[in-house]
Amino acid sequence: MNAQALPRLQAWLVRALREPRLDLPLLGALLLLATCGLMTLYSASDLDRHLVLNQTMRFLLGGALMLLISRVPPTMLRNWTPWLYGASVLLLIAVAVLGQGRGANRWLNLGIMRFQPSELVKLTLPMMVAWYLHARELPPRWLTLIAVAVLIAVPALLIAKQPDLGTAVLVIASGVFAIFLAGLAWWRIGILLVTAAGAAPLLWHFMHEYQRNRLRMFLDPESDPLGNGWHIIQSEIAVGSGGWLGKGWHHGTQSRLEFLPEHTTDFVFAVFSEEWGLLGVIALLALYLFIVGRGLMIAANARDTYSRLLAGSISMAFFVYVMVNGGMITGLLPVVGVPLPLISYGGTSAVSLLAGFGVLMSIHAHRKLMAR
Amino acid sequence: MRREYTSDPRLRLRNVRDEAAHFRVRAIVGFVLIAACLAALGVRFAFLQISRHAEFTARSDQNRISVRSIAPTRGLIYDRNGVLLADNVAAFRLEVVPEQAKDLPHLLDELGSVVALSDDDLDRFNALRRAKHAFESIPLRFKLSEDEIARFSTERWRFPGVDIVPYLTRAYPRGEDFAHLIGYVGRIDVADAEKLDARSYAGTTHVGKTGIERYYEDELHGEVGYEKVEVNVDKRPLRVLPDRVAPKPGKNIYLTIDARLQRAAADAFEGRAGAAVAIDPRNGEVLAMVSVPSFDPNLFVNGIGKIDYATLLNAPDKPLLDRTIAGNFTPGSTVKPYLALGGVELGLRRPEDTVLSVGEFHIPGQERGYRDDKKGGHGRVDLVQAIAQSVNTYFYSLAYDMGIDRFSGWMGHFGFGKPTGIDLNGESAGVLPSQAWKRAHMRQPFYPGETVIAGIGQGYWVITPIQLAQALSTLAAKGVRHAPHLVHSTQDGLNAAPEPFPDNPPEPTFIHNMANWSAVLQGMIAAINGPTGTARGLGENFPYTIAGKTGTAERFSRNDEEWQNIMSVAVERHEVLFEAFTPAEDPRIAVVVALQAGHTGAHDAAPIARKIFDAWLKDIDGGHG
Repeated sequence: MNAQALPRLQAWLVRALREPRLDLPLLGALLLLATCGLMTLYSASDLDRHLVLNQTMRFLLGGALMLLISRVPPTMLRNWTPWLYGASVLLLIAVAVLGQGRGANRWLNLGIMRFQPSELVKLTLPMMVAWYLHARELPPRWLTLIAVAVLIAVPALLIAKQPDLGTAVLVIASGVFAIFLAGLAWWRIGILLVTAAGAAPLLWHFMHEYQRNRLRMFLDPESDPLGNGWHIIQSEIAVGSGGWLGKGWHHGTQSRLEFLPEHTTDFVFAVFSEEWGLLGVIALLALYLFIVGRGLMIAANARDTYSRLLAGSISMAFFVYVMVNGGMITGLLPVVGVPLPLISYGGTSAVSLLAGFGVLMSIHAHRKLMAR
Repeated sequence: MRREYTSDPRLRLRNVRDEAAHFRVRAIVGFVLIAACLAALGVRFAFLQISRHAEFTARSDQNRISVRSIAPTRGLIYDRNGVLLADNVAAFRLEVVPEQAKDLPHLLDELGSVVALSDDDLDRFNALRRAKHAFESIPLRFKLSEDEIARFSTERWRFPGVDIVPYLTRAYPRGEDFAHLIGYVGRIDVADAEKLDARSYAGTTHVGKTGIERYYEDELHGEVGYEKVEVNVDKRPLRVLPDRVAPKPGKNIYLTIDARLQRAAADAFEGRAGAAVAIDPRNGEVLAMVSVPSFDPNLFVNGIGKIDYATLLNAPDKPLLDRTIAGNFTPGSTVKPYLALGGVELGLRRPEDTVLSVGEFHIPGQERGYRDDKKGGHGRVDLVQAIAQSVNTYFYSLAYDMGIDRFSGWMGHFGFGKPTGIDLNGESAGVLPSQAWKRAHMRQPFYPGETVIAGIGQGYWVITPIQLAQALSTLAAKGVRHAPHLVHSTQDGLNAAPEPFPDNPPEPTFIHNMANWSAVLQGMIAAINGPTGTARGLGENFPYTIAGKTGTAERFSRNDEEWQNIMSVAVERHEVLFEAFTPAEDPRIAVVVALQAGHTGAHDAAPIARKIFDAWLKDIDGGHG
């Protein structure tokens, strides 16, 4: 091995930590969001310190990863992209063959920790699409579109098969946003939307029974108030009873008395809404919008097509989390297992989200030296 | 806007600046769309949190707040002098929380060696366990003895999830004396639950099953209280919320009964099956009312055992039957004073008119003879002597002259043939012979011979002791009928002044000429005090004059096999009755005694009445009213 390698890596790590090239507004928003998330979790878990500590450790791990990635130049990322994408698809296939998990095969046991390859795909797929479009003539035409569609469909189908509809939706969304940002002509978008609407019944055909039930319950939760409709009803009650100002921190009865299921994970937004009311919700949504907006700004100032598309699609995919989760807990969208970013309890999504923001930071650090 | 950068891809030159500008437009469009979506989400939140806030708040409260009922304390029952007759006493029961007991069957086994557990206990426990949550405490054994409490307390560590819990239970300190009158409470069963208002009885475990306890259930029960508890999704209560509505205890009831008189009356029977009723004719207050034999009502409060119940139910002298209101007796000669008054009031006889008794009465033109009690007859008797000596012929002829319609009409004034309306459930109507009754029940006309025997209280006649007591007190009160009743006053809590129980004012007397009444009274005085009276000697050494009438009714027709069988046992041959009031001039107590089996009214029933009078005398001398 190169004798120089170790000291150089050491030096790079020291630099990464001493002089992080971070976008301060984005970092500030993320810190605010993470703090808010920990507070909400502490209340939702009925003051379970252990759980909050766990989540904090994940934030720290994700934060470290973000710092490291922020020091990796986008050009280097771009060079690695096909390999990373290929590796993550291979991992998905491995999960499909020998994965483990309750009801759904999502996990790969690496001995020291369990690992969810679909989380990796959330990052490698937009990278791959950006990589592919970077070398192509833009805006994309049908042929390019079909190639991108294949790039998206392979991992998305593997993930949907696990089954993990929520992640599949997020993965597809990140790819689609990249194409949108690449300047796909509006008339082509129109044709695609009409086609997608026409294909919806086909989707129903491919769904699992539990997914169909969720959709049925979404359409009429009161038809089975103690069974499948319970989640939606209890969540709406939690949200609705919050009012303008909420019941106050740790005064949300729906979660404390366990009427609200999964109140630390998928339904944590309902706990937040119950305790902080509409004003809290609006503040939180504004914070999310700020993060998305800041991400798009970073994208707009990026140096090359790859960076622009990648930063843009990561930022817009972030919005999808919020929309799908918020829509779910208010009964606006069907129940799909998508966490509320940086608030829901759960390790892998926090780590992969922060890794994504690491990419944004890196792109920000290597932005055009002279904007416009 | 340009759709393509250049029409010929071969001539394409990457225009970096253009691409960036293009991206900027898309990013702005994307941001606007995202902002719009989040705004829409915000609107959805506002819709739930503002527009439907009230609805969801209600549903959230519905989720978390469970209303727990607090049972009111049952009202106490006293006699007219404040002697406690129905009490709520502290007792201890064993409760088990199934969730906390690790191995329930084993635990119950072990527990059985410390406290007695019957099959009834275990059955009830298992039934309740199926209906309740595992974290709810379920009663296993009621009324632990002090021994059992002591034994359990020392071994308590062996029984996780088992606890001793204090509670209030009904107790009847004078059980047997009042078993029929006050009755008892028992556990609410399925049949009760259907009738009771589920809301006001939520939390209440017992309800009045018989007697006063049942009739005055509404007064005694009180009003249910509430407390709100916060429960979680499993309905496990976590804390009690501050707003609480205290239960309102039931009213205390003061009976018209004098417990000492009741005791004396019960004792006077010396175990012979029968009933006695004592009424104050001035107001209809029932002073004593006993049915013999009796039973211990305390057995029923927490569920009587199967064996005990079978014993009571199958006993030949029917201790569960309340003979005062549901015991059917043939009145016999006790109806004669009422008929005699009817004869003079309706103008069929004058008091001084006499009838010749020769031992047998014949309806003109008929062969069949109706016998006097005395062989050869009583000779010529007027109204007074007819009552004093109980001369059948006088009343045969009077009833015959009166005819059945006027007979039943007149006797109806005294309340025969219908329930008195006393404040108890399960009263019999009895039978007053009449054309209407016979047509309804036998689809036959009324024959003159039946009218004749109705005149001496035989034939279709059926009375209950309370009915006869009502008739007697109406007669004693010169025709003013006060409805007999058992409640003197009610009281809202021990510190409140007792309120008199509302009573309907009586109708004016139906007797037109009080001289007629006096003649009948003379006959009844002569029956007790005259040299020829059927109950002569009964009034000796009593400071007031007693007026009364005996009754001895055939239990069986003389052709019955049963009558033949008990021929040798004279004491078993008749239903015997006695009615009397005192002081004769200004009656203050009217007593009816009925024995299911005896020799004669004078021999068997009258002495019981005398003992009741004696006891009453002691009471009024002792200053009680």
